Amino acid sequence: MREITLSKAVNEALAEEMRRDETVFIIGEDVAEAGTPFKVLSGLVEEFGTDRVLDTPISEPGFMGIAVGAAMTGARPVVDLMFGDFLFLIMDQLCNQAAKSYYMSGGKLNVPLVLRTNLGATRRSAAQHSQSLHALVAHIPGLKVAMPSSAYEAKGLMKTAIRDDNPVVIFEDKLMYNDKAPVPEEEFLIPFGQANIKREGRDVTLIGTSSMVQVCEAAAETLAAEGISAEVIDPRTIVPLDEATLLASAKKTSRVIVVDEGHQSFGVTGEIASRINEKAFYHLDAPVLRMGAMDVPVPFSPALEDITVPTPEGVAEAARRLMSGEMIHAA
Amino acid sequence: MSDTKHNTEDYLRMYRQMVRIRTFEDNANQLYLSAKMPGLTHMYSGEEAVAVGICEALTDSDRITSTHRGHGHCVAKGAEFKAMFCELLGKEEGYCRGKGGSMHIADQSHGNLGANAIVGGSMGIATGSALRAKLQGAEDVTVCFFGDGATAQGLMYEVMNMAALWNLPVIYACENNGYSEYTKTEEIAAGSITARAEAFGIEAHQVDGQDVLGVNALMQDLVPRARKGEGPFFVELMTYRYHGHHVGDINREYYRAKDEEQDWKENRDPIIRMRAWLVEQGIASEDEIEAMNSEIREDAAAAVDYALKAPYPDTREVDMHVYTDIAHACA
Ligand SMILES: Cc1ncc(C[n+]2csc(CCOP(=O)(O)OP(=O)(O)O)c2C)c(N)n1
Ligand SMILES: [Mg+2]
Repeated sequence: MREITLSKAVNEALAEEMRRDETVFIIGEDVAEAGTPFKVLSGLVEEFGTDRVLDTPISEPGFMGIAVGAAMTGARPVVDLMFGDFLFLIMDQLCNQAAKSYYMSGGKLNVPLVLRTNLGATRRSAAQHSQSLHALVAHIPGLKVAMPSSAYEAKGLMKTAIRDDNPVVIFEDKLMYNDKAPVPEEEFLIPFGQANIKREGRDVTLIGTSSMVQVCEAAAETLAAEGISAEVIDPRTIVPLDEATLLASAKKTSRVIVVDEGHQSFGVTGEIASRINEKAFYHLDAPVLRMGAMDVPVPFSPALEDITVPTPEGVAEAARRLMSGEMIHAA
Repeated sequence: MSDTKHNTEDYLRMYRQMVRIRTFEDNANQLYLSAKMPGLTHMYSGEEAVAVGICEALTDSDRITSTHRGHGHCVAKGAEFKAMFCELLGKEEGYCRGKGGSMHIADQSHGNLGANAIVGGSMGIATGSALRAKLQGAEDVTVCFFGDGATAQGLMYEVMNMAALWNLPVIYACENNGYSEYTKTEEIAAGSITARAEAFGIEAHQVDGQDVLGVNALMQDLVPRARKGEGPFFVELMTYRYHGHHVGDINREYYRAKDEEQDWKENRDPIIRMRAWLVEQGIASEDEIEAMNSEIREDAAAAVDYALKAPYPDTREVDMHVYTDIAHACA
């Protein structure tokens, strides 16, 4: 199968959906001629014109609100938010308006929009351009949240997101735009709420989101050489969450580590861990472990930044401790 | 050029500060190109007369807020090369102990309340700082630096309204360099920028941002008036950035013509203009100016060398400074 970059995969998904449905349009900063700072949207304005690829001023709450209104009245906007960190600027429009409209109107006014943004540290971009804020959005009922872990997921999830009748937020890892993966030429969609078992194993389950899937896979590789068989699961969407697949794996291996790049406290790792504790408790041989980003603003200095995020070595080490029974009596 | 009568020392210091900024930026760019600097950085080259003309009208206890393009503001408000280069390289001796990097660089002890990576993000801070001065009965003035692109942020209009209602000692300094990222200002700003401030009853000026004496003369008028409670004021400074949006923005002809860049660099450069004026007025000879330039170059080279050899922060610093110790407040 051909291999393409994550960036190209997103671009293809958007182009295909824009050809298929003329109500789809893109709105955001430097999305047209510049094709975004990450060059993900290059070529789209040339094909679809400036009416469907709209460059905006640096007015995030403004264009987010405009997208909500356009979606409510029949369009399918794809909002481009240059950095996930700018979510804080648009929270009212996203969480008070887009997320709640359908419910508040008793099912009369739905908001079929997609918010494309990113996450991921270690790009030396400091505290305001490095955050992974998906848990914040996942906390709000009414929003769906997709977290592609490769070019394949980026394409399939984007196409599903655009056709979904609800507001969907997609977080791409900004360090993965140039990473290649096999992506079929023919059309495909990835349904929401369907986890992907990336690697089968019997001893320990590693649940990872976004680029943490790669971290888990690398850890699994290391562990395999030591005779520890790790299962790696990518939930692909955290809202909806494919609980059944996660629980089945937890029951099979009886040990689970959840790895995610959001801050560890009050985050995705805690949510998944507690669901497993609640529903698979009697099958577990050890507490479910959480591995998130350190609870600190992301520091600029490489010497500090690199230690704030989960690494394959850290995940493998945690798995070893689980296997040795060390964690059973942990305080 | 304007003919304001200050003493010779002031003129020479203004020239010197502009050259220091340009020299700092040339070194920073070199550090990026030689892959010695982590991440990206936004060059202030070309805009020196703005920061220097303004900051030379301020005292040490006056305050400023800075932007992602903040090295110039930092130097102009009194920072030293060593701690700046250390910050740029994520070293322990940097102004922010390596935690901030280029986008958050600031010498706090000289009234710099921080460089901000959120476009427009400092407008509330600057206005709040002005409110503080007023409540305190202090004469301190706060200058809020921001780009033309930031005028699209709604926050600006909220705080200008309050600043005008309450006559706060704040000066909004819009550095209009013709572009925000890869987009021309006229494509993102409807109507006149100064008229927006005037709509709140704020006295607004537009000034040639390449003329350090003109900028300084205007500020010498506005700053004392702001101290007396006649503020706020709004100044639009027409200027130009010589480099790309950031150091990585090299192939930029698709949004900005080479001729245009050349015209600004050759015919309107603030340093060349000031130098010619100094010589013409007999304030300094070509030789004296050359000596000053090379002293600054050596100073910068030594600081770069120092920063390259300086240690990174200890990894134990990673979770330091998340919270301040408030024990004294509760005692
Ligand atoms: C809220 C926000 N939106 C978008 C960005 C990305 N961004 C960084 S600089 C910039 C352009 C800013 O233009 P301007 O204010 O004119 O300043 P200049 O870079 O020209 O100095 C953009 C869009 C950001 N940092 N913050
Ligand atoms: Mg600008």
